[in-house]
Amino acid sequence: MRLWRQSFARHKFATPFLTAALVLTFAVVSCSQPASALPAFARKYGLRCSACHESWPMLNYFGQKFKDNGYQLMNDRDAPIWQNPSYWPVTFRMVGLWHRVSTGKVAVDTGTGEQRITSTGFDISGLDILTGGTLEKNFTFLLVPSSDNTGAFHMESVSARLDNLFGSPWLNIKLGKFELDNLHSEKRVLSLTANGGIYQLYHFIPVGDGNIFGQIGDNQLGVELMGHSADDRTRYSAALLSSSDGQPGLIYGANSYSGFFAASRAFDVGKLGVDRIGAYAMIGQAPTSWTTSGGPNSPIGGSGVGNKSFHREGFVGQFYFGQHFDLQVVTQHGWDNAWFGQGYGDFIDGVAIGNNTPGTTLPPGAQAPTWNGVLIEPHYVYSPQLIFVGRYETIRMSRQATPGTASNLGNISTYTIGYRYNPFMTSRAGFAWHNEYNWLHQDGTSPSGNNINTSELLLGFDFDF
Amino acid sequence: MRTSLLKGSLWVTAAAVLTFANVSSAQNTEYQEQQWMGMQSHVGKLTGHAGDAKGDYRRYCVGCHGELGDGNGENFPWLDPKPRDFTLGVFKCRSTPTGTLPTDEDLFNTIARGLVTSNMPQWNTFTSQQRADLVAFVKHFSARFQTEKPGEPIQIPPEPPVTPERVKAGQEVYNRVQCWKCHGVEGRGNGPSASTLTDDQSRPIAPYNFHDEIRFKCGTTDQDLYKIFMTGLDGTPMPSWSDNIKPDEAWDLVFYLRSLQPMKSKEKEFAKQLGLKPVNPNAPAAQPPAAEPTPTPTPPPPPAPPGSQP
Repeated sequence: MRLWRQSFARHKFATPFLTAALVLTFAVVSCSQPASALPAFARKYGLRCSACHESWPMLNYFGQKFKDNGYQLMNDRDAPIWQNPSYWPVTFRMVGLWHRVSTGKVAVDTGTGEQRITSTGFDISGLDILTGGTLEKNFTFLLVPSSDNTGAFHMESVSARLDNLFGSPWLNIKLGKFELDNLHSEKRVLSLTANGGIYQLYHFIPVGDGNIFGQIGDNQLGVELMGHSADDRTRYSAALLSSSDGQPGLIYGANSYSGFFAASRAFDVGKLGVDRIGAYAMIGQAPTSWTTSGGPNSPIGGSGVGNKSFHREGFVGQFYFGQHFDLQVVTQHGWDNAWFGQGYGDFIDGVAIGNNTPGTTLPPGAQAPTWNGVLIEPHYVYSPQLIFVGRYETIRMSRQATPGTASNLGNISTYTIGYRYNPFMTSRAGFAWHNEYNWLHQDGTSPSGNNINTSELLLGFDFDF
Repeated sequence: MRTSLLKGSLWVTAAAVLTFANVSSAQNTEYQEQQWMGMQSHVGKLTGHAGDAKGDYRRYCVGCHGELGDGNGENFPWLDPKPRDFTLGVFKCRSTPTGTLPTDEDLFNTIARGLVTSNMPQWNTFTSQQRADLVAFVKHFSARFQTEKPGEPIQIPPEPPVTPERVKAGQEVYNRVQCWKCHGVEGRGNGPSASTLTDDQSRPIAPYNFHDEIRFKCGTTDQDLYKIFMTGLDGTPMPSWSDNIKPDEAWDLVFYLRSLQPMKSKEKEFAKQLGLKPVNPNAPAAQPPAAEPTPTPTPPPPPAPPGSQP
């Protein structure tokens, strides 16, 4: 499921002509999300979903602390020796759904060459198999094989963690493929539609840009040092990552790495609850030059050199206003090296259109593309069983890679509204009646350079056990 | 137009769900509304209100402690030890004498600290106000809090400096009052009575193993340890020793028990220097101080109707 999202992100912006068709295809063919709501943990500890989740899969502060402790409650019952031998730490999650997807300005062979395509029908999501927990106290793991809705599997997440090194919660080391320490977690998103089920801010790539490696919403391969105070009010993390966008097999750069850093602090604000503010940054390098074999468009995997820089940084806020209302905010400023802006970068997947071989020069006036974005997500938690969700995201290009390009090309605006109702709440399984509407607008990316509007209405049964 | 209709249907469905949720929620809380929702707690400058904790209780606590606070939540069958039955008003972790109600601060601290060797986690992610509200909510389940005042917290004398002599004296207290009968001669929770112990609901209960943990059920500090055996753990076989151990001896016992724990400590170092061996129950009994009462522990009086859980 993650694979198609990455694929979507790459092709969407590299070849605007295909955008509408891809949106439609992906929306209709598949709709789900890899999330970490684990009734297996609830069964292990005897806690209801609501103890850790504001509404599953989104974590509350207690759930965040549980995760930060390496999926341990730290009450001496964490080690497997305390579990019934028949306990199996596995959760399955899937969604059966009906949805209506409508995409404007799709390239067609008739009429004006562009047409709105609307489809409705029943569908299923991919399957997430989530297993995690303790190998021994303070030795923990997470393993998430995940499939798309045709049953094609990939490894969404694989990591082992050494927790509380030297008896300190400030030292935890994780190695493998894992979600970056995004406070507002895309893996725990409360929406399911194709465009609403991801955060555009976490995957944005300017039109024509070849850099796929800065997508902070994708699980990444690397090692993470993370720490937090005993009550989790203060947290930090620093990760060293391969610049591969989480793809295994060393198929990209010969020697390219990225770093992801995050820190946050939460404050008690009396009756309002706990509010948190933080900041994050991803700073990395990725290849633009590839050795080829069998033709100029046949790069050899792992041969990427000619590293160029990129970075994304922003602030995160989690603001609670009493027991029922909260507002999550993420901002981002993005910057890609001018070489990426001109379409160099991921040549392996064909996202990049050029190979930065010796002697290659940038066109006159080429500059580093930059953009700014914000995500605002309010929640109204009527009760642990019913949550209303809204989200507004906007991304605005502040500098195009090529002078003369329309200043708004590639700008995105999207909003999502919906609710999730859990008719029961236990520590054994989860079930949500999910209803959502998403609308996405992107400037200038139809085949003829018009704006594209896409919408999706979804009703589904989201369940895990 | 069609999209508008569909979007409209989303809101109509949402309204229906909301109505349904409202009805079921009202049914769930009917009992609580009839109880003492006006209950308050007072912790420092904070005033907790039971009514403000309904949501949090339902979100975090109800799976184990149950809608009625009787410890009969959906996880009751699988938990060991069983969740606390709040209706009895009997609590293990107190600063007050055995048989009395705990202070609000005792409950406040228990919520944040959690209870090791049980499934009760540390709820230290709550704000102080949330915890104060939950204390009031916990109290509202029991009639005892309507009619009784909390006990007066016991006086804990200042902690003396730890010395080898005090560690050794502590071992003698451990032997004299026969802690070893339950906790074992080495403090491993394997004394001759260990397998026969039950709580006040006749459920098997295991004595604490000092070699396993650096935390105690009711705290981590020397003062917490002092309180545990001087106030007893109500609802369990662990009695209050306040009638049998003098305050100064109590500190000796604290130091000896610390020497048994797995972490490095001055007490452990002294015990090693002294070459302390496990207590020998068959050795001639040390003479208790003059006018010392019998070493046989006196179980605490049952403070409430039967049925409390650890």
